[in-house]
Amino acid sequence: METILNISDLSKTYQSAGRMLTVLNNINFAVTTGSTNAIVGPSGSGKTTLLGLCAGLDRSSSGSVELNGINLGNLTEDQRAQVRNQHVGFIFQNFQLLPTLTALENVMVPLELRNEKNIRSRALDLLDKVGLADRGHHYPSQLSGGEQQRVSLARAFSNAPKILFADEPTGNLDAETSEKVVKLIFDLNKEAGTTLILVTHDLELAAKTQRIIRIKGGQLIADEKTING
Amino acid sequence: METDSVNYKRKTNIRWLFNMAWRDSRKNRSRLFLFISAIVFGIAALVAIYSFKYNVQNDVNGQAATLIGADLAISGTKPVDGSLKHLIDSLGDERSQERSFASMAYFPKSKGTRLVQIRALRGNFPYYGSIETTPVQAGTAFKKGKMAVVDKTLMLQFNAQVGDSIKVGNTLFLITGILNRAPGQSGAVAGIAPVVYIPMQYLAETGLLKIGSRVSYSFYYKYNKSVNMDRLTKKIDPILDKAGMRYETIESRKESTGRNFGDLSKFLSLVGFVALLLGCVGVASAVHIYVREKIASIAIMRCLGVKASEAFLIYLIQIVGIGLIGSVTGAVLGTAIQHLLPLLFKDFIPFTISVQISWMAIGQGILLGVIISILFALLPLISVRNVSPLNTLRLSFEEVGLSRDPLRWLVYALIGLFIICFTFLQLNSWLGSLFFTLGILIAFLILAVVAWLLTRIMKLLINGSWSYLWRQGFANLYRPNNQTLILMVSIGLSTMFICILFFIQSILIGQVSLSTSGNQSNMILFDIQNSQKDAVASLTRKQGLPVLQQVPIVTLRIEQIRGKTAADLQKDSTIKIQHGVFAYEYRVTFRDSLSESEKITDGTWVGKAESGKDVPVSVEENLAKRANLKVGDKIVFNVQGVQMPAYVSSIRKVNWGKVQTNFQVVFPTGVLEDAPQFQVLLTHVPSNKVSAAFQQAIVRNFPNVSIIDLGLVLSVLNELLSKISYVIRFMSAFSIITGIVVLVASVRISKYQRIQESVLLRTLGASRKQILAITALEYFFLGSLSALTGILIAIGGSWLLAKYSFELPYTVSLLPAMVLFLTISILTVIIGLLNSRGVLNKPPLEILRTNA
Repeated sequence: METILNISDLSKTYQSAGRMLTVLNNINFAVTTGSTNAIVGPSGSGKTTLLGLCAGLDRSSSGSVELNGINLGNLTEDQRAQVRNQHVGFIFQNFQLLPTLTALENVMVPLELRNEKNIRSRALDLLDKVGLADRGHHYPSQLSGGEQQRVSLARAFSNAPKILFADEPTGNLDAETSEKVVKLIFDLNKEAGTTLILVTHDLELAAKTQRIIRIKGGQLIADEKTING
Repeated sequence: METDSVNYKRKTNIRWLFNMAWRDSRKNRSRLFLFISAIVFGIAALVAIYSFKYNVQNDVNGQAATLIGADLAISGTKPVDGSLKHLIDSLGDERSQERSFASMAYFPKSKGTRLVQIRALRGNFPYYGSIETTPVQAGTAFKKGKMAVVDKTLMLQFNAQVGDSIKVGNTLFLITGILNRAPGQSGAVAGIAPVVYIPMQYLAETGLLKIGSRVSYSFYYKYNKSVNMDRLTKKIDPILDKAGMRYETIESRKESTGRNFGDLSKFLSLVGFVALLLGCVGVASAVHIYVREKIASIAIMRCLGVKASEAFLIYLIQIVGIGLIGSVTGAVLGTAIQHLLPLLFKDFIPFTISVQISWMAIGQGILLGVIISILFALLPLISVRNVSPLNTLRLSFEEVGLSRDPLRWLVYALIGLFIICFTFLQLNSWLGSLFFTLGILIAFLILAVVAWLLTRIMKLLINGSWSYLWRQGFANLYRPNNQTLILMVSIGLSTMFICILFFIQSILIGQVSLSTSGNQSNMILFDIQNSQKDAVASLTRKQGLPVLQQVPIVTLRIEQIRGKTAADLQKDSTIKIQHGVFAYEYRVTFRDSLSESEKITDGTWVGKAESGKDVPVSVEENLAKRANLKVGDKIVFNVQGVQMPAYVSSIRKVNWGKVQTNFQVVFPTGVLEDAPQFQVLLTHVPSNKVSAAFQQAIVRNFPNVSIIDLGLVLSVLNELLSKISYVIRFMSAFSIITGIVVLVASVRISKYQRIQESVLLRTLGASRKQILAITALEYFFLGSLSALTGILIAIGGSWLLAKYSFELPYTVSLLPAMVLFLTISILTVIIGLLNSRGVLNKPPLEILRTNA
């Protein structure tokens, strides 16, 4: 099996109130292409920091992150942005849609950045897939939380990412909406053959993936396959 | 594994950047317009001044011939004779002559007298334009008989009408017309020395031309065929220069008028520029807050693959766009405002001013507006490059570090350089522009430091024992997203400008009033012949007035300094003597002691000359500087044809501010007693009534004696200063309006910051009154402290100007400053409260929904 993400001896420390704070300590794991993975752990365990480092949103203090064979530590912020644009999709707990862009425009942005063709029709197709074909001209503030997360999903899949990072994707949604969104994530993921890395403290959601990586106090304490694995 | 599939060198799609800039600005546009409205008035001021300047330049070019009235004008202060007369008579195809001098005029009907400028004219001058009179034909008709044309201010003052008579010297003239404008003369000048035209053939009859009379001799020429003026003037220049005469052509008048007005317009451009700078501070602050609010959006874009430079460009495009809209709006407003300027300047410009749209001025204004809004927006904008995509994951706000960005120094340098270069273009002096920039910088710094100190002190002072309202109101001054700095700077600077203008005006007026108060002399009688000396003094005493000073005056020229003459000066440029020193006609006196306003700074005062030896003279320090004179240097004076060797025995410092006769050269007694001379008498008149009666008596008995009534000079000066300060106030009004716009914008921005909090307070049960009190306290404190700081800077600034620039004692009235202080403090509170009313008048939930 091909490895899409390889984490070696990864550590992250911050300077806080004059002393060094270790948020992640010597993390090692690898993720195979097309797999679904969950990173779980209690609040403050370092899981979101780990996600940020894996996705190239931040630099590690030591160790390496290799995404699709590219060592992110060797890249500038602008180069990492290109990696994100071309290989990575994101879903956030608070949706992170651009508030001044319509739903359709939000989905179009990653495609526009890549100077692709037929952007509008492709974005409309994606909105159709998430069931929002008729809401494309609405601004985020005119959509419900569930709808916003679905737009966010359409945007995440718009650049056909090799890997999708989801940070507590149902954290701001009610149970019913959460269920629909989770189904969509997994369906779209399966259809596109994308690797999924899900950060959550919801064990039920984590159990839907093939593998659970447990973090506590900045350290990897368990790495186990689920019944789906 | 794929390793080469990432295109790191993706080209930036400029069209997409514009598209994103447009999309991103949605829902924020009204706020962006508010930010940029701060520069509208600064641009408007500059475009108005620039348009006006270009129009005046055009008018000067078009009307230069009417300004001088002839192709060539020659003037001097000595009668012409000999070879010079031959030259003067040989020039031109048509010739006119004019003799002008100061004299008293008497209006028999109203029994009024006043010092006027008599212009005795012969010939058809002006050849271009006309002596503007009512009725029109009077401008030429008066030359045909014993008739006069009298300045309109004079006619108004003495309630005279066409058909009345005016007595000049011994002769009565029939007033045949009202003089509206003499060629090349502006209204302001006419106010100081109103002109009376008389035909030259009656000049002798007036009996006014006596020894010592300071007469200006002018000769005007018209050429029927085109003449190479450059060649002609080059030929006659050395001859005229030797005779102490000067010439003017249409071209040279064009240059000098353009230059004079250019100075005024440059000064006003600076006042407009200050308004623009003030607006830019508002822009910088607004963009700073705008960028902070956009951090989340920038982080999302970065997450999706937008490069740092692209994110920066998206916001730069917005700023350029808004800056362009603001500048165009300002340019349109400025073009409209320029229609008012001719009214404002009509007293200062000696020709009709036209109003036309100047595309050059509009272009300059727009360019300037865009450049300066970019420069000032760059400071907060460069931080966009540093926004991390990690902000999408972290809910906690990550401060964008501008303070660490080395690029900020480049932006600071660019701003400084731009201000210096712009002011240099206005002032043409690096030192001047450096001082201007430094002055602005110091004022900014003082206000910024006070704002910083205020937040620190407040943090230390506020404690639990204070009531909640006070605590909350004052805490707003230092809490995150506070507007303390921007409000302090904008309100403080506006207050400072208004105050400095007011203080300087009152210092100047105060000085003149002071000079004429009490028992100091306030009336000067001059051109008294030696034979009239005792009679005039006795008449003065008879009227119950004191003879405060009576001094003899002798006119002379300097012939040689240390053996060098004017001719040597022309040949040898290494001689350090200013050219005018030899050309000038000096009025000197002789006495045996120093006056109260004089102090010896070098050498020894000699009060009596020894016969047969060189004459010891005392030279005033400024003349000593101009002529490079030191104690012991030899000078040869020409006392109306007689050579008189002398040497510098002392150098004096003279207080020119004092109203009394002061002299550049003082001779000892025992030398000039027999030289042709006239007398000056100083007295003090207690009231206008006494002044009028005394002047009438003098004019009746001694028609050749001229009188300067300092009371009248004071009122003319006051009027002139009021006109000038009105122009300056008009221009500084742009700063004030900008200050108010920045104030409104800042308060509105802070409203967005505070809205959540106010709503929360209201949800928790705070009453409308309590929130009102918190807001009022915050803004009153801000407004009053900014105004106070501005006033204090103005006091310091005007003190420096008074001491070092005007060299006057510093006295200002604080009452108007207090009125200004209260007005600004209350205005700030009112604007603050008006902007908060949205939060107060609606239910909390409604506001939360609209602002979600």
